[in-house]
Order: sequence, then structure tokens, then C-alpha cells
Amino acid sequence: MKHDPIGAMPAYDVLIIGAGLAGQRAAIAAAKTGATVAILSKVHPVRSHSVAAAGGINAAINPTDDWRSHAYDTIKGSDFLGDQDAIEIMCREAPAEVMWLEHAGVTFHRNEKGEMDLRAFGGASMKRTAYVADITGQALLHVLYEQLMKNHEVIDRFEEWFVTSLIVSEEGECVGAVAREIRSGKIETFAAKSVILASGGAGQCFSPTTNALICTGDGIAQAYQAGAPLMDMEMIQYHPTTLAENGFLITEGARGEGAHLLNSEGERFMEKYAPNKMELASRDVVSRAEQTEILEGRGVGPDKQGIYLDITVVPRKRTLEALREIVNIGKDFAGVDITREPIVIQPGMHYIMGGVKTDIHGATPLPGLYAAGEVACVSVHGGNRLGANSLLDTLIFGRRSGEHAAERALAMNMPTVSDEQLGKDREMIAEILARPKTGRRVSEIKQELGTTMNRYAAVYRDEAGLQSAHEIIRRLKEEAKTAYVDDKGAVFNQDVLGAVELDYMLDCSEAIVVASLERKESRGAQFRTDFPERNDAEWLKHIDVSRNGGDEPKISYSDVTITDWQPEARTY
Amino acid sequence: MAEFKLKIRRYDPEAGAAPYWDEHTVDLEPHRSVLEGILQARNENDGSIGVRCSCRSAICGSCGVRVNGKPGLACHTHLDDALASAGEDGVIEVEPMGNMPIIKDLIVDMDAVHWKKIQRVTPWLIGKEPVPEREYIVSRESMIDVTQSMACIQCGACVSDCLSMEVDPLFVGPAALAKTYRFVGDPRDAAHEQRLKDLGEDKHGIYDCTHCFKCIEACPKGVAPMNQIMRLRRIAGNDFHIKDRNNGERHEAAFVKNIEKNGILHEADLLPDSYGGKFHPRAVPELISSLPIVMTALLRRKMTPGKALLHPHKAPDGVKRIFEVVEGRDERNEFNLYISGTDANNEGTAEVAEAIETAEPAGVAPDGTEGSSA
Repeated sequence: MKHDPIGAMPAYDVLIIGAGLAGQRAAIAAAKTGATVAILSKVHPVRSHSVAAAGGINAAINPTDDWRSHAYDTIKGSDFLGDQDAIEIMCREAPAEVMWLEHAGVTFHRNEKGEMDLRAFGGASMKRTAYVADITGQALLHVLYEQLMKNHEVIDRFEEWFVTSLIVSEEGECVGAVAREIRSGKIETFAAKSVILASGGAGQCFSPTTNALICTGDGIAQAYQAGAPLMDMEMIQYHPTTLAENGFLITEGARGEGAHLLNSEGERFMEKYAPNKMELASRDVVSRAEQTEILEGRGVGPDKQGIYLDITVVPRKRTLEALREIVNIGKDFAGVDITREPIVIQPGMHYIMGGVKTDIHGATPLPGLYAAGEVACVSVHGGNRLGANSLLDTLIFGRRSGEHAAERALAMNMPTVSDEQLGKDREMIAEILARPKTGRRVSEIKQELGTTMNRYAAVYRDEAGLQSAHEIIRRLKEEAKTAYVDDKGAVFNQDVLGAVELDYMLDCSEAIVVASLERKESRGAQFRTDFPERNDAEWLKHIDVSRNGGDEPKISYSDVTITDWQPEARTY
Repeated sequence: MAEFKLKIRRYDPEAGAAPYWDEHTVDLEPHRSVLEGILQARNENDGSIGVRCSCRSAICGSCGVRVNGKPGLACHTHLDDALASAGEDGVIEVEPMGNMPIIKDLIVDMDAVHWKKIQRVTPWLIGKEPVPEREYIVSRESMIDVTQSMACIQCGACVSDCLSMEVDPLFVGPAALAKTYRFVGDPRDAAHEQRLKDLGEDKHGIYDCTHCFKCIEACPKGVAPMNQIMRLRRIAGNDFHIKDRNNGERHEAAFVKNIEKNGILHEADLLPDSYGGKFHPRAVPELISSLPIVMTALLRRKMTPGKALLHPHKAPDGVKRIFEVVEGRDERNEFNLYISGTDANNEGTAEVAEAIETAEPAGVAPDGTEGSSA
């Protein structure tokens, strides 16, 4: 049934929340099966954060490459925490998916023969990254949106709708969601046979971050509140090259094209940490190396908290053609011509490997609920994601969850959904609007949270720091209950939605800190100075976090799936 | 840190009151963005200020606004630059974009205008058959070329400032036509001619642009929408010889011929030539219908009968050489920032630049090498 403007509850076979690459890919795949599909997003789809992915998408399309090599690189990159069955699927299906994108219209960069060109990327054993200049995410996202416009008769779009809750039936199945139309303030129940979460990551829990202001962990927190478990939440990726000035992303493509990292003594210090791969080691390895250089006093910049990224070694013409966006970022946001002088960068929060736990079809343990993209944890990234694997993850598991969710939906009847959750959410909004001006500002609490996370849950972590982070989060959770908003209106009230997002971020942050405390070893992005070694005997397992009925996160474990590749020492 | 005064245009649709100015003082380093200024005001003073924003780094296209009357991204405009373009009172004015209805404060209804126009141009690739098993084999340059249009982030800044759209709200507009070039310039697309015919025949299509350059100035991503529109016209006219009912193709040819002959535009010849010459049956009604405009121009001394009719100026040798160089090429050279980086070091412009050197200074401006007006 399509959306009924007269006032009946909108009901769909598949409801997709979030319209970045994972969500849009899921919508196209689900609609292809004949299922009725709605895609709902708190921003216009082309504003989704997938747009910011710069460098490219990995796929073993070179005839001399093999998807098994891609799989091995991914597994090694994950520090052997990734589930190998899922990684095999992702890498095996990658070439066909990239060809699908090319046929849909993505303007992939070509080589002299007119074939797709490939660039080098971190942690990869050969050139495997297809790209569109350094706007790959933008090019992909806009082409998928072209496909949504093409399929507008079979995919209903709800643009600028904000989800406040998932709906779980008495039988324990996810049967829809409650959402508020931002433009009007109208709140509505959407019934659905299957719901796919594709609402992205939680970077705004940290400050600074490369992530957009919309990345507030909505889907992770909604699933957590609905009872679905989260997995690998301790694995937070710090990107090696973010602009020291303001935390903006400088693509790994820069190092892929040959740029060097230099410390205050002008040394290419990666020689000491990764003599083979140098600047193109895994991101966790490079970020840690940079942080070590900075801590040992060899940083650059006014407060010695940065590292030089020297792009001048890349031919100027190539930089202008393939790295145009960062030429602009350097010029506009740091006042530096990157083709002529080095730029000051530092590691910065970039990506969350963890998320809502799913199987290889994108299904979560909560029946009817699927998740794909950064919101999900399949887990293909394990302890550390390789550059240019995230776009791939969104598309492969977006498509798979779309297909599987539609298949499930077509075999069942539309569930009856009550308006009970709608009533609760309406009350919640009214309660926020009615708060007196005695509490703290939402923005103030958010800033304290971000600074706390960036201090204690960053590249280097320890028990004491994580404990204090947890205490601060518990206090902020209390303070958030009385945080007041200025805007009392219905139309485009971004203020009240900010208060709801704050609750989402606090739930995500707590899960991150609790899981980081639990993992008493160093693996991938998690480096515990009090447990500096990887410990396969005790910790070659996933940490799952779920809500213990009440408000306390509960820990459990699940196995890492190993197919062909046994854990081994990890050097680059 | 420095203090900046921001004057934000506010409008609350629920208040039943007119829009008003709301002034805030923010404290930020001068190279920080206007968006950071707005967000500081929102975070510290008034949470009800409405503005769409997300990435803060000029890639998501959410924060299109007008700063001191000029459209652009708030996150891409430095506070010190904004101050330099502010009025004498030193207050930076931030308003919603133009040509689109305002929903609240700085938030405009892009669906009602921008996205409707995008949907109008069949905005998806119609791939050539047979679809290859692997990728389409196409030239390296062609993909880099359409990447310039692909770099559009749909922020609406060009739509905001489009003068043609102000006069004709139905004009398909700069963003949607730049999007069209993304397909017409793409060798994988099978519908180039149909697309151009469609938008050439449309009264509000490619010939509705008046060549004012506003969209090029407004675009924060170097897409240069007007250039893409001109390329659509060149392909429609030169490659497909699409004779549209708006007479755009013939007008363009008449314009080029006019400049080649006269060096400076001879207005009195242009209009009749666009319709086949002074005595062509179709030109007569057009000429009669333009008489009131001609009379007004004469009365206001915009032109004199002598200059208008006799036009003593003849094209100097330099102009002729420009035509020889450009027309003598096997293929058209097009400017593309992705290929060359900046206008200054565009390959293939050297000969033309040299020819311009030898032309009379008053005769041809550097951008006068493109000849057309609607």
C-alpha cells in the first residue's frame, strides 16, 4: 500500500530509515523485487554523509587481482576481528557491484585505454580503488539519487522526516517506526513488514570529528533502545590525516597518490613503524605512529600537535585532476596551496566500525529489523576498516538487506500496528518543549560529551580515563533530561530534534566506553596503554552490548567467524 | 579571536508576522566561516535560528544562503571576507536564498523550485545498448570532463541568483541544465539528441539563458553552469544541427557571423539575421514587434540612428585571426577546471590569447570569444 494522503497510516513492505548510500541502495534493491518501498531521511538524501567519502571504492576488478587478496587485506586490516564469511561475500561481490554503479552512470576515472583506473590505498596489497577524482562518495550518492528519481513511481521518498522510535510489537518484532515531518512538525506512525536502518554513524559523539553534524548515532541508539544488540562498539577509527585547523578530512587518496608524512625533524617517520607499506599502512597503524611522534615531541604546527602531509611530491597536474577537493580545502580552510607547501594534519575521529549487530543478510537478531552501512556491524571491518571499504560495505550490504527484507515482507501479511508509540513520542516532544530555562543548553552538554570522548576514547586509551569518561557520560545523561530548548514552534524546529539527538549520542557514547573498558587488550583501533598487546587467547571475540531492560548496558560475547585465514602477527 | 556582527534575516511562519532582522555578535577567528558564526549564535544565544547545515566543509550543499546579498555556502564564506563585503556599518547580512519560497529563517523550499527543475531534465543516464559486461570503454578526458558537472552539490546558489529565472520562473535554470550536460557530455548516454531537442524546443530551456554569468560567480564548486549551458547550445547547433522553434540555433549563428564581420556587435543586423535576413517573411513581424523597444532606446539615447543603421565599425585583423585559429581546429576546445586547474594555464588558450593581443584593445574582451545571447 502506498502512502495515503487522506490520513490512513502509511504502510509499506519495506521501510528504510536513512537515505545515504546504504539506504538508497537498499531501496532500489527492494523495489526491484516488487515490494512497496518507502525511504525516509532526516535530511534530503544528497545531504547524507556518504557524500563526504572522498577516496574511492575497493574492488578486485583488475584481471590480475583476486577477490581473495582483497579479502585477506581486509581481514588483516581488521586485526583478525572481522567475520570472514561476511568479508568473503563483500569482496567476492565487489566487482559486480562496481560495474552496476558504472552502468548506472558513475563517472569513474579512466586509464589511457578507457578502462576504469585504480589508485593505491592504505592496507591494500595492490592498486584496487576505483575513484571519481576525490569526490567518489558524492558521485556515487548523486548517481543513486538519480536512480531514485528515475524510480519515483515505485519508491516513495519522505525527505526531511526525523525518526523518534522504532516500533516493536508484543510478539517482539519490529513493525515500523514513528517519525516527525520536520517541515510541519506532524508526527506519524509508519507500519512496515520489514524495517531497514541505514542512518549512518555516530561521529558527533566526538569533538572534533570529520563527521557531519547529522551523524548523531540515531539508528544505533534506536536499535539499542528497541532491544537489538550492538557489536564492536569499542572500535573507533581515527583517520591519519585530518586538517589540524578544524578537523576536516584530507583523503587517504593523497597518500595513495604518493604524499609523505613528515615530523618536525623532516623525517619520513613511517619508516620506523611500517617499513614496507610506509604511509599506506592500515589507518590505525598510521594514526598511532603520528600520535607517538606528537607525544614524543616531534609534532609540528603552533602547538606541536600536528604532522606535515607533503603533497608537493605528487606532480601538480595529477593533484589538480585527482585531488581537486583537497586543493580547495587547503586553500579555503587553511590558506595553504597544497601543490606548493606541506599542510599540517593530525589523527581525527572518522568512523565507527561497530554498530547494530547483523548477519550476512543485514538482519539483526530483532526479527523484522535490518541494518546496513555505518549504522551496522556485520562485521566486515572488525578492529579497523581499510580505506575505500566503507563505500563498498554500504552498497553490498545495503543491497543484500534490501533484497532480504523484501523477500521476508512478501511472504507475510501487514502487521497491525497501534498508535501507542506515537502517543509516547508525542509526549516526549511535548515534555522537551515544556522544560524550564533552568537546565543546561543542549549544545553545552554535547560539547562536553565530544571533548570527553576525544580525550579518553581516542587513539590511546586506559582504564582510568575510560572510567572517568563513563562517569561523565552518566552525569551528562542526567543533565540531558532537563536540557532546555529555545524553539517552541512546529515548523522546522531543529532545536527540539537536537535534544532528541543528544539522547541518541549519549547512548552510543556509553556503549563505546563500556565496550572499550571491557576489551582488555590492544587490537585494531583499540590501543590500551595498560594492555598493550593483542591477546588472541582471551579476546579473539566480539563484544556485544545490549540494553538490560533498563538503562544499564549489558555485555555478552560472540564468536569471530574464521574461514580460511588464521590470526597471525600483523606488520606492514 | 575577533568579534563579528551578524544580522540574520528571520521569519517565523507560525508567528503571523513579517520577516525581521536579528543581530548577534559572535567571537571567532577571522578565517572561520559564516556558518560557524551562525552556529555560535544558535548554540549560545538562540536555539531557534533555522539553518540547514551538515558537513561544514562545502560538500553536502545544505547551507546555501546569501551573505551581503551574494549567494553561496555559509560554510564556504570566511568571516573576514564577509566583513570586507559588508556595508559601512560593518554588519554581515545573512539572508535566505532567492528565487525559492522561504519556509523559516534561512531555510528555503528547494523541492518547490530546484528539485522540480532537476526532475524535469530526465536526470538519469540512459545507457547505450548493448550494456557491456564490464565497464563502458570511454576516453579518459570525457569522464574528467563530465566530472566538472558531477561536482555540483545541488546547493541552489546558482538558482538563487539566476536573473532569467527571476523574469521567467519556468526557466529550467542553471543547476538543471548543468545536470543535463552531465548526460549530454557523457559518451555512455544514448539520448544526447533527444535531450537537446527536448530542451532546445522548450521555451524555458537552453535558449532561455541570457548569458549574465551570475551562476558562474555564485557556484561554490566551479561547475560554471552557464558554460555548461553554452556547451549544450554548441552541441545542439554544431553537432546535431537542431533547428529549434525558439530560433536559438539561427540566432547563435547570426551572432557569430555578426562579430566576425563587425568586430563589435551590430545590433540592427542581429535581429533580422536571426530570422533569415531583413526581408525574410519571418523577420518582418519580429522587426515590427521590436519597434517600441527601438524607439525607447533612441529616446533614451542608448543609440543613435546613424550608429545603429550604418555601424561604421569593421572587424580588425586580430578578430579575424581569432576566428581563423578557433575555426581551424579539428575539434572544439572547452575550458575544464578539472583538466587544467585554473583558467590561466588552460592548454590551447595560448594561440587565442596571442590573437587577442594583436586585436584592438576595445574590440574584444578575453571572454568575448564565446558569442551568443538569447
